[in-house]
Amino acid sequence: MENKQAEIKKIIIDPQDTNKKVINWKELFQYKDLFFFLVWRDIKTRYAQSVLGVGWAIIQPVFSMIVFTIVFGNLAKVNSEGVPYAIFSYTALVPWTFFSSSLTSASGSLISSKNLITKVYFPRLVIPIAPVLGKLVDFGISFLILLGLMVWFDVKPTIWALMVPVFIILMMLTAAGIGMWLTALSIQYRDIRYGADFFIQLLMYASPVIYATSIIPEKYQILYALNPMVGVIEGFRAALLGTRTMPWEFLGVGALMAIAFFLSGALYFRSMERYFADVA
Amino acid sequence: MSINAIKVENLSKRYRIGSEKQARDTLAEVISDWVMRPIRNFQRLRNLTKFEAQELEKMEAEDIIWALRDVSFEIKPGEVIGVIGKNGAGKSTLLKILSRITYPTHGSVQLRGRVSSLLEVGTGFHPELTGRDNVFLNGTILGMTKVEIDRKFDEIVDFSGISKFIDTPVKFYSSGMGVRLAFSVAAHLEPEILLIDEVLSVGDAAFQKKSLGKMEEVSQAGRTVLFVSHNMGAVRSLCSRGLLLESGALTMDDDVDTVINQYLSSKDVSSMGRLNWSEADAPQDKELILYGIEMVSESGEVKTSFQIDEGFEIRIHYQIVEEVRNLRLYLRFKTTMSETVFATYEDAQIQQGFNRKPGHYTAVAKIPPNVLNNLTYRIYIGFDSPGNKVLIPGKEYLEVDIIDTSDGYRYVPGAFDGPIRPIIEWQVDESDGNG
Repeated sequence: MENKQAEIKKIIIDPQDTNKKVINWKELFQYKDLFFFLVWRDIKTRYAQSVLGVGWAIIQPVFSMIVFTIVFGNLAKVNSEGVPYAIFSYTALVPWTFFSSSLTSASGSLISSKNLITKVYFPRLVIPIAPVLGKLVDFGISFLILLGLMVWFDVKPTIWALMVPVFIILMMLTAAGIGMWLTALSIQYRDIRYGADFFIQLLMYASPVIYATSIIPEKYQILYALNPMVGVIEGFRAALLGTRTMPWEFLGVGALMAIAFFLSGALYFRSMERYFADVA
Repeated sequence: MSINAIKVENLSKRYRIGSEKQARDTLAEVISDWVMRPIRNFQRLRNLTKFEAQELEKMEAEDIIWALRDVSFEIKPGEVIGVIGKNGAGKSTLLKILSRITYPTHGSVQLRGRVSSLLEVGTGFHPELTGRDNVFLNGTILGMTKVEIDRKFDEIVDFSGISKFIDTPVKFYSSGMGVRLAFSVAAHLEPEILLIDEVLSVGDAAFQKKSLGKMEEVSQAGRTVLFVSHNMGAVRSLCSRGLLLESGALTMDDDVDTVINQYLSSKDVSSMGRLNWSEADAPQDKELILYGIEMVSESGEVKTSFQIDEGFEIRIHYQIVEEVRNLRLYLRFKTTMSETVFATYEDAQIQQGFNRKPGHYTAVAKIPPNVLNNLTYRIYIGFDSPGNKVLIPGKEYLEVDIIDTSDGYRYVPGAFDGPIRPIIEWQVDESDGNG
């Protein structure tokens, strides 16, 4: 008990933010169990009372793949760089679906957690980040399907497949960064929530999901790669399908942008979080 | 020892309520309004989080509410404090700041130790998850670690008394069961500082007794407790010291009995127990002048708050200047939302076509005990001559608080549902099954 007395911590609440850290990792770590249970709740309840359950995690990318293969692969004859169009597009759809669905749920997360925000204190950053972690499960499942497709189409991965975890981290950083921006904006401006779906849809056409980056004029490619998902998606294709060489320049630009999104998102989120309970 | 568990200094909290401008009425204005609306909406929404001084001077108006103004106090470790005040006095805002849900506009708070707040039980309960899952989810939301919850899990479930249903999704629970489970989770937090807002008013009588016992246990264990409630019985039995908040300001900080008495007797000016007018400013018509209204207890005291089991009188003093045909004096009890609870008339002789002669009169309405609920009511009074004319149009003149300071735990503490709370006699007989 004596020890406990000694470690009693002092909390100061005032209008200025006394904690100037962008991200208070120590506090986030103290709340790691909350992270775990929120992610776990998302996963456990997402498909509750649905017939297909986790099946929904693969339906979205698989059906998009089928439609894209018919429309863009067979009818529009988009160049799929030597591999069957189905696997060409699916390899992009796996990270893309992760990205878009975690953004969508992050942008609505603060509003759907209104109840929590107005009743209990906890590090608010948990809210936009938990859905990003939660969607990793769906990502894992659809990634397994991708491995199955690779066996089916007899596509051999390259040695760069070892880079896949790096791509995953890049994609999570980007999703979390943009997610924090959208979340913090959405609690004050409800437009964000309506706009986010539309914005994400448009963003898909600005990412090499249905086509390859090679159709973009060379001089614009670096500009194009400011979208971190360009590096991630082309990285996946280079590593798993070997359709191209490793897009280091895209990955470099993308990584810088991902870090910029993440840091600026965290900063903006932190500057706004003290108002959440008042405007929610 | 000079170490404080809680030290609050000059705490103020301002809310922007983001009110919209009123509608336009010409077509041109409507069109320009429609075009400009997104811009104005943007400014309005952006301003919700803006509090810069120079801007504030400009719009220190209806758009701003001070929920707390310059509140300072200190609380020693182990003290159990009751926070008392009318609705909107700032009690909940104070707890929200102390629990770091919202931030002050000015001033500061220093807290020593882990803070847990029970502002509403069951926060974060998910209907699709089982009771067991929700214990873990709710526990971590309230700041416990998984290890702690593991350790206390059996105790929590035992306390809630619903161990049979712990693996059933919460959506199949009755509302009472959900609340009991949620309360047990909350009751097993072990913070140094505990903030409680009205959560004792949940569950059935037996569970409440248990909850009150638990709260006493918590306070005896040397924890600092801040307790917000309208239930004076509970405040009196749990707390040693009281803080009285009125319109955002701390008006009294003393031992709990003194503060409760002050709260019950004072009330703000809009709810005085007596209104008197001089001839010049009295509500009047050429036939009639209303001179005064007062609320008087059985012992003859003029008051604004009465016990739920205490009857009282409303006395209305008026003068008839010219003879009035079929005078009708009407009295309504209304809620603070201006909905009528009941109406009563001083019109007994109207059928006989009676005329009231000039002179001074006092009409007394006797309000019986145990009819009104534990609420605030407004008293609405008017005079007319039915089918003929309105003499003094009806208006809300006084506010009366009906309070329940009985220990209350025999029943459900706090207000019952509904605008009235008569004592209903129940009788239960065993029937033979044939109806």
